[in-house]
Amino acid sequence: MSIWVGKDTRLLVQGLTGREGTFHALACREYGTQVVAGVTPGKGGTIHEGIPVFNTVADAVRETGANASMIFVPPPFAADAIVEAAESGVGVIACITEGIPTNDMLRARGYLDRLAAAGKGVRLIGPNCPGIITPGQCKIGIMPGRIHKPGTVGVISRSGTLTYEAVDQLTKLGLGQSTVVGIGGDPVNGTNFIDCLAAFKDDAGTEAIVLIGEIGGMAEEEAACWIAGNLKKPVVSFIAGQTAPPGRRMGHAGAIIAGGKGTAAEKMQALAAAGIGVVKSPADIGRKIKEMLGR
Amino acid sequence: MKVHEYQAKSILARYGVSVPRGEVTDSPAQAREIAKRLGGRAVVKAQIHAGGRGKGGGVKLAQTPDEAHDLAKRILGMTLVTPQTGPAGKVVQKVLVEEALDIARELYLSITLDRSRGVPVVMASQAGGMEIEEVAAKDPGAIVRVGVDPALGMYPFQARQIAFALQLTGDSVRKGTALVQSLFRAYLETDASLAEINPLLLTKQGDVLALDAKMTFDDNALFRHPDIKEMRDLSEEDPLEVEASRFGLNYIKLDGNVGCMVNGAGLAMGTMDLVKLAGGAPANFLDVGGGANEEQVKNAFRIILSDKNVRAILINIFGGIMRCDIIAKGVVAAVREMGLSIPVVVRLEGTNVDQGRAILRESGLKITPADGLADAAQKVVEAVR
Repeated sequence: MSIWVGKDTRLLVQGLTGREGTFHALACREYGTQVVAGVTPGKGGTIHEGIPVFNTVADAVRETGANASMIFVPPPFAADAIVEAAESGVGVIACITEGIPTNDMLRARGYLDRLAAAGKGVRLIGPNCPGIITPGQCKIGIMPGRIHKPGTVGVISRSGTLTYEAVDQLTKLGLGQSTVVGIGGDPVNGTNFIDCLAAFKDDAGTEAIVLIGEIGGMAEEEAACWIAGNLKKPVVSFIAGQTAPPGRRMGHAGAIIAGGKGTAAEKMQALAAAGIGVVKSPADIGRKIKEMLGR
Repeated sequence: MKVHEYQAKSILARYGVSVPRGEVTDSPAQAREIAKRLGGRAVVKAQIHAGGRGKGGGVKLAQTPDEAHDLAKRILGMTLVTPQTGPAGKVVQKVLVEEALDIARELYLSITLDRSRGVPVVMASQAGGMEIEEVAAKDPGAIVRVGVDPALGMYPFQARQIAFALQLTGDSVRKGTALVQSLFRAYLETDASLAEINPLLLTKQGDVLALDAKMTFDDNALFRHPDIKEMRDLSEEDPLEVEASRFGLNYIKLDGNVGCMVNGAGLAMGTMDLVKLAGGAPANFLDVGGGANEEQVKNAFRIILSDKNVRAILINIFGGIMRCDIIAKGVVAAVREMGLSIPVVVRLEGTNVDQGRAILRESGLKITPADGLADAAQKVVEAVR
């Protein structure tokens, strides 16, 4: 079992013909993902690495029945690509692009919110994220497929390599993953912690959840509050940036302690108060899940 | 990206925000001339990228042009220490000389992103001159918040809400409303991440002006604002951080002695945390990025070693897309070329990890391999003891 992506996912890639787009589309296909189309304006009608290319997302969806999109479009054009995908009727969009202007994302998110209000909701994952993977079934993104293993632990994270770290620990302890979602390191994103937690709650194939947060914003506090009122499954959390200085942006656009708010200490306290197994060291994530599952 | 007060004011003025008359200079003689043009009385304000300048002695009132000269002479070149500069302070290179106004009330006005709601939020309070965080802690009810849909822009009623909440009256309501709308346009159209006017001044004559102004901009949007990008003042930034940014390395200098080289921002923060947990202190945050090659590793080494506090280096790489053997080759080449004398602990995991470890082992160099995250932190902290 899993959330949002699986065996039936038919993926199109926006920005397929670029260097990054090609490299990762092929890695996804090699993993077993059905990569059915690419979109590069002006290259419609060509075939790239065996994948048909279209000028617009609408054409690609109509011709191939694609139901998910992976975006590798450069930052100045990425918000446009998100809205184009949303308009075309795909169900899931994973935007890998890092460096999208915040105002562009605000407008794109406003657009998605209005679609959702009209009952035509689209799930945007990211931007500035590694993507989403249901081990053994479908990989959409840039994560290394082979460290994953099918299983029952759901993983949600704002960071890429830290997610790989957690997944690697789980796999080595014999604990597979149901679905791993990178929600991205930007201040404005599509899917948040609570969206993922709610989906994992309803997924019979998920027994426990790893939540990896970092400094900046209030998303972890909001997640803690939601978990306290809604979720019985065990959750383990690590918050990166316990030693980060205030006022500095730590790599990710969203990782900043502003006005004394968004510190790791506050987040860890809120999570612990909600009954979540908070670990101080990223080396203890796998072990803690194992302990909480009683294995 | 941050800019100086005088730059923020020039941007805001373009959008119709009223600001005091004034000019910037790096010469006391010119400060005298500017004060003369302003009518004699003037305020001399140090221009550095930090708040709290008044408390540090960087903002002074001159009654005459000669006094403006003397104050400028004293402030220019001084090392200004404020609660926001840290103990080292910052050297003042420019002063803003502005007309002195008759203050009736000092208010607060700002726009920033409300991350939870995903909209820009206008914040206002009557406690001008105080840090907004302080007001929020003491009396949260004293702050008015109005969220604005960026696609729709600000409606006049939203600006009026702010003006009335600030208890403006008479013609000042119209002036205040116009200023709030102008500020919002400036915030949105320049891709600012913060536009703060503190204090917002109500004069005895009923005018509403930005007495101080602070703006920061979204680095990801600077490509469409070349004029603002030009305003970057490299002398306000850490020289090592400037150097690192030239190589596409994300580096932030810290106070400890364990240099860190990591791929990925989250893991880089996590590595700093690990070093601290093991009883050490990280010297820096450094993300070499997802596609780092031998050249990047060398650059990263050079930057880390330029920090004289560094006594050992921890390299923590989770090779996803990045292959461990390539990283290992880069590390060996860099250590050899630079003749490294301090201990280097390397933790490699991921793609081609066995080849990577073999390369390190067979190099004959003094590189300590680590097995896992905790072990790596332990070993590097022991090395600096």
